[in-house]
Amino acid sequence: MMTETTAKTATQNACRLCNPLGACLAFKGIEKCVPFLHGSQGCATYIRRYLISHYKEPIDIASSNFNEETAVFGGSHNLKLGLKNVTQQYKPDVIGIATTCLSETIGDDVQMILREYEAAFGSDGPMPEMIFASTPSYQGSHIDGFHAAVRSAVKTLAEGGAEKHLVNIFPGMISPADIRYLKEIFTDFGLPFVLLPDYSQTLDGGPWAEYHRIPKGGTPRNAISSTGSAAASIEFGSTLEASKSAAGYLEDQFGVPRLHMALPIGIRETDRFFEILEKLTEKPAPEKYLDERRRLVDAYADGHKYAFGKKAIVYGEEDLVISVASFLDEIGIVPVLCASGGKSGLMKNKLGELIPDMEEKGIKVRHGVDFVDIENETAVLQPDLLIGNSKGFTMSKNSRLPLVRIGFPIHDRFGGQRLHHLGYRGTQELFDRIVNTIIEQRQNASPIGYTYM
Amino acid sequence: MKEEIRILEGREKQVYEKKSGNTEIDIACDTTSLSGSVSQRACVFCGSRVVLYPVADAIHIVHGPIGCAAYTWDIRGAVSSGPELHRLSFSSDLGEMDVIYGGEKKLYRSLIELIDQYKPNAAFVYSTCIIGLIGDDIDAVCRKVEKEKGIPVMPVHSEGFKGTKKDGYKAACTALMKLIGTGSTEGISKYSINILGEFNLAGEAWIIREYYEKMGIQVVATMTGDGRIDAIRRSHGASLNVVQCSGSMTSLAKEMEEKYGIPFIRVSYFGFEDMSKSLYDVAQYFGEKEEIMEKAKVIVREEIQRYYPEMQKFKKALTGKKAAIYVGGAFKTFSLIKALRTIGMSVVLAGSQTGNKDDYNRLKEMCDEGTVIVDDSNPVELSKFILEKEADLLIGGVKERPIAFKLGVGFCDHNHERKIPLAGFIGMYNFAKEVYESVMSPVWQFAPRKGGLQ
Repeated sequence: MMTETTAKTATQNACRLCNPLGACLAFKGIEKCVPFLHGSQGCATYIRRYLISHYKEPIDIASSNFNEETAVFGGSHNLKLGLKNVTQQYKPDVIGIATTCLSETIGDDVQMILREYEAAFGSDGPMPEMIFASTPSYQGSHIDGFHAAVRSAVKTLAEGGAEKHLVNIFPGMISPADIRYLKEIFTDFGLPFVLLPDYSQTLDGGPWAEYHRIPKGGTPRNAISSTGSAAASIEFGSTLEASKSAAGYLEDQFGVPRLHMALPIGIRETDRFFEILEKLTEKPAPEKYLDERRRLVDAYADGHKYAFGKKAIVYGEEDLVISVASFLDEIGIVPVLCASGGKSGLMKNKLGELIPDMEEKGIKVRHGVDFVDIENETAVLQPDLLIGNSKGFTMSKNSRLPLVRIGFPIHDRFGGQRLHHLGYRGTQELFDRIVNTIIEQRQNASPIGYTYM
Repeated sequence: MKEEIRILEGREKQVYEKKSGNTEIDIACDTTSLSGSVSQRACVFCGSRVVLYPVADAIHIVHGPIGCAAYTWDIRGAVSSGPELHRLSFSSDLGEMDVIYGGEKKLYRSLIELIDQYKPNAAFVYSTCIIGLIGDDIDAVCRKVEKEKGIPVMPVHSEGFKGTKKDGYKAACTALMKLIGTGSTEGISKYSINILGEFNLAGEAWIIREYYEKMGIQVVATMTGDGRIDAIRRSHGASLNVVQCSGSMTSLAKEMEEKYGIPFIRVSYFGFEDMSKSLYDVAQYFGEKEEIMEKAKVIVREEIQRYYPEMQKFKKALTGKKAAIYVGGAFKTFSLIKALRTIGMSVVLAGSQTGNKDDYNRLKEMCDEGTVIVDDSNPVELSKFILEKEADLLIGGVKERPIAFKLGVGFCDHNHERKIPLAGFIGMYNFAKEVYESVMSPVWQFAPRKGGLQ
């Protein structure tokens, strides 16, 4: 079976976002950091609006606000003025600068501009750290921008050293609830760690008595510095290559081993994650997690009949799709189509590593597709449900298929930032939601009105 | 320690506080946003996109990398009574090679395929930042496709960095002007209008249209709410243009006046006062036919009678509460100040993304002492004034909402994404109800500013 892409020229209802969005999201996970887009005002505003609709938090993203002159003569002046203004207004420790299609196309040398800026203002007192990620919107998708920003943070700040007492965790683009859960796991293992990026509080925090220019939380700058002296890095994301990743950089530069795995969703992948933690700590997993696992196995048994033989279409970021598909496979739901707007070209092989017999099982993979392509597949594949972000709602409505909302963005439901996906706990939540969706469908379709399902 | 929030250097002139003695208002506006200030504004493309978006039987294709199309997919609550092509997101999705070698061919193929697939009555092609740099001749592509497919294909020159959102409005109006005058004006009454600057969010244009129709006035075209290409093409046959949202559509009204001799009046459909006035002003224009005014009076009387009693309940609860307003166009703030007064609320902060000098002068006249007026503000400034002035409510859009909620302040969405109509008499009732429900919610007892734990 071939990995199919699309035959259409125009993209219709895109199943991906642009590169700079991911970088802004990652920068929100660094303590006292202001994301800064080098481009038009619209990029920052649209991305803010898009993120706010999911996270329901104030999300400030500065812009260098290109005008016609900037586009002709270069963005140097605007960038420097912008950095100065952001420094004055936000007093950040870090400014996370990402490019856009505009600044990339005119060929601004951001690194040189930053050096000039530091030379000009460095003597005025402490400067915020400048982390720069190149994120041209005409390449890749938001997930590439996310990883580029994380890698660049590490590249800018990490220092080598002999301590080797902590472990880095680069989980990729996951929910604030997932981040909190991962931190809980590391803490319960008694394992010192640096998690990057940590937007669990900046994008899902409490009420304020006064306006916080930068919300509390995030990975501290000095913690990022210490990633170079870690004993190992755990990095999630099946299609994330070492050459583009933070852990890959640390391995190359400082010899920190990169322990790379899929996002731990489902029992098989979560077991793998806990095995890594057990090996690193030389301790068994805390009983609490074994209990979570036991409850999950028990729930699998209780709910297996609802799930078995059902067909699902899974879509979204490639790594999320791969791990969700692997989880569906272990509960007897066939992910008849695994679709993504991403174009790493690795999706099929990486999924094959988790589900070796995927072809016999009738699992199809399509990358670089949009929602119209996926909707067309619903007619052919006749799935029982759709699993993905809330942008699939249009297709779900048109095809009258239930939609289980996961990942990002969730713009049409409440609490997307608090959904769990990872580990035994996240799998439990996903399993409950999927089974309930199937039950609800069945209940609604029956004229009898069963009150026990 | 609470640190003082200072206004950024270069922005002092865009903030004004009305105080006795402080009579001079020379608010700086109509400028591009300051670099590094987190402006709540968008870009030229955004301006064009919001104006044309509700045209429902045309395809809207965004020429550029994927972001601009992805972020504007189904973004407005502009509803259609028929086709819904506007709710689809089309992009030429330029990649690196297209940026190097040019995107014209890809745009051409995209247009042909989309027109074949969706059979629209027209196409709008939006150029984004990058098109302004790589020099694609989108006019030529549009002409070619127009010729081959036999439908109007309008280029919209909306490169994000070439000005402000207002320039985007202009680019959209230029595209509309290409359509206007190309249709037949047969069957258009002498007592006819076009409704301009009404985008049919949550069905608002239908409410307004119904009032005018009840008065015996024919509505030729609504631009662009529930918009149709054919109606736009024949809109030059109307006798009067009735313009709301002055920022976006005044330039079109002026061009139509110049080219077709159609006069225009400015109106607002928010609040009982302004809504009534928009009906009376139109009736007055057609003064020779007295029954139009008679009917307008009946509508106003009946509608206000219908909602007045309920409104008193809201007013009783809300009297003395304070509101902050930060919206896209300044014109809307005038209506909102009046509407808030109807329900007993005062305004302590009023601002807009795109107001001009006249707007701000008028705003100053309307406001009470102590009211702060801002142009092109940012979250830090807005929060500063909301807290200092102890506002109970913020009126704004999606980007302002979390600021209010974080600070424990009620919020009313008066922007594109609203799902409940706020225009018309019923809209005023809905508005008051929404304000009441947010301001009076018991959840604020837990907010730190009301003594809750932080």
